[in-house]
Amino acid sequence: MKKNLPSIILMIVLLGLWQIIAMIINAHYILPSPTQILVKLWTLREPLFMVHLPATICVTGLGLVISIIIGLAFAIIMDMNEKIENALYPIIIASQTIPTTAIAPLFVLWFGYSIWSKVLVTILITFFPITIAVYDGFKSTKREMEELLITYGASKKDIFIKLKIPTALPHFFSAIKMAVPLSIIGAAIAEWLGAQSGLGYFSKRMMSQLDGAGVFAPIVLLSAVAMIVVAIINIIEKKVITWRKEI
Amino acid sequence: MLKFKDVTFKYPEDDYAVLKDLSFSVEKGEFISIIGASGCGKSTIFRLINGLEKMQSGEIFINEDSIQNIKNYSAYMPQKDLLFPWRTIGDNLSLPMEIQKIKKSEREKSVIDILKEVGLSHYKDKFPKDLSGGMKQRVSFARTLLTGSELLLLDEPFSALDSLTRISMQEWLLEEWKHFNKTILFITHDVEEAIFLSKSIFVIQDNPITYMEKIEIPLGYPRRRSDLQKPEIVELKESLISRLRQKVDI
Repeated sequence: MKKNLPSIILMIVLLGLWQIIAMIINAHYILPSPTQILVKLWTLREPLFMVHLPATICVTGLGLVISIIIGLAFAIIMDMNEKIENALYPIIIASQTIPTTAIAPLFVLWFGYSIWSKVLVTILITFFPITIAVYDGFKSTKREMEELLITYGASKKDIFIKLKIPTALPHFFSAIKMAVPLSIIGAAIAEWLGAQSGLGYFSKRMMSQLDGAGVFAPIVLLSAVAMIVVAIINIIEKKVITWRKEI
Repeated sequence: MLKFKDVTFKYPEDDYAVLKDLSFSVEKGEFISIIGASGCGKSTIFRLINGLEKMQSGEIFINEDSIQNIKNYSAYMPQKDLLFPWRTIGDNLSLPMEIQKIKKSEREKSVIDILKEVGLSHYKDKFPKDLSGGMKQRVSFARTLLTGSELLLLDEPFSALDSLTRISMQEWLLEEWKHFNKTILFITHDVEEAIFLSKSIFVIQDNPITYMEKIEIPLGYPRRRSDLQKPEIVELKESLISRLRQKVDI
C-alpha cells in the first residue's frame, strides 16, 4: 500500500484536474467529467457488463492464448535453427509494419462479423512482443552454463529444458505483461472497425450518438480489466520467479 | 590416467596455434597444478580434455583410451560457481546425475551424502543466493564430484574468493582430495596456491605451448601453511614468480 501511495495520489490529482477542466468546458459530448463517466457506467451496467465485456474478453482471451502459442513456437524454432531464424525474423518484423486499422476491414471481409476477424487483429498485434522477448530470453542463456552442461554430457534437449526454459521464463513474464494490454487494444480496434458486440463496438456506437461519457465508459472498463490481469500476472510471476536478480 | 600426445590446437578465428605438438602425462591420484601467465592457454588445455574444443592433430588418452571413444571421463569445475539460481542446492547437485539418467532415489541419496561430506547438510533446500561465496564453491566442487568422473579439472576455482576464505578452501580441498582419492588438474596463476596444493606443478613458459616443465614440490602430505615458510619453498616460489614475470606485459 505504501509503495502504491504516490501513484494513488497522482491519480486522484489528475482525476481532480480532469473534473475541473470538464466542468469549466461544460460540454459533455466533447469532454465528459470522470463523475459523468462513472454515472454512465452505472446506468449502462447491464449491457456493458453482461453483453459487451464478455464479448471483448472472449476475443482478448482467445487472441492472447493463440498469440502465446504462436509466439513461443516462433521463438523456439528460431532458437533451434539459424536458417529458420534468418528466414523468419524479417517477416516477423515486417508483420509489425502493417497498419492494423487498415488491414482489419480486410479481415472482416474474409471472416465476416464472426469472432475470428477480431481474434486475427488481436493476434497480429500481440504475438510480436511474445516472440521477440522469449527469443531474446533464449539467446541470453549464459554460454558458460551451456558449456558446463555439455561437459556433463547434456543433449540439446537437456540444455533446452534445464537451462534455456528457466533462463527465458522472466522474459516470458515480461512479454505477457506487454501482451495483455496490447491484446485488449487489438480487440477494441477490431470491434471498432466491424462488430456487433464488444466494448470497442459499444464505444463506437456511443460516438455516433455524440455521447462522450458513453464513449469513455467502456474505455475505463477496458483499462480496469488490463490492470487487474497484469496485477494477477505480477503475483504469479513473484511466486514462480524468485531468481530474477541473480541472472 | 591422462596423456597428451603431440596435441596441436588453434582457435578457428586465430592465425596462431595455442598448443603445438604438446605431450605430457598425469598419473592416477596426482594433484597437479598448471601455472602460466594470463592468456597463455591454460584453460584451452581443459577445453580440449573435456571435449569443448577439437584438436587439429594429436591425441588425448584417458587410461589408454582415446577421449573420442569414451564419455564422462572428466569433470570440469569453472572459476565461477555457475550454480543455477532457479534450482535449490540439492537440485543443483543432482544436475549431472539427471543428465546421466540416474534414478531419482539414487540421486537423492548421493546428494544427501555429499552435502554431509562438504558440511552443508542444512542447505539442501536453500537457493544459491542464500549461500556465501565459499559455500557456493563447495557446492560447485560437490557437483563436480557427483559427475562420478575420476579426473577433476579445476579452473581457478578460488580466484573470486577473498584471501581468508581462499586459504580455508585450499586446506578443505586437500582434505577432500585425500578423502575421494581423485586425480586433480588445477589451473591457477597464484604460485603460492599451486605450491601449497600440488604434488607437482606444470609451468607454461612458451607460446604456443610446446612443452610444460614439471616441477616436483619437495613437501609431503598433510601440509600446513607454515610449510610455505621453509627456505627451499620460499626459494622455489621466488624462482617461479620471476620466471613467470618475464612473460607478463603490463
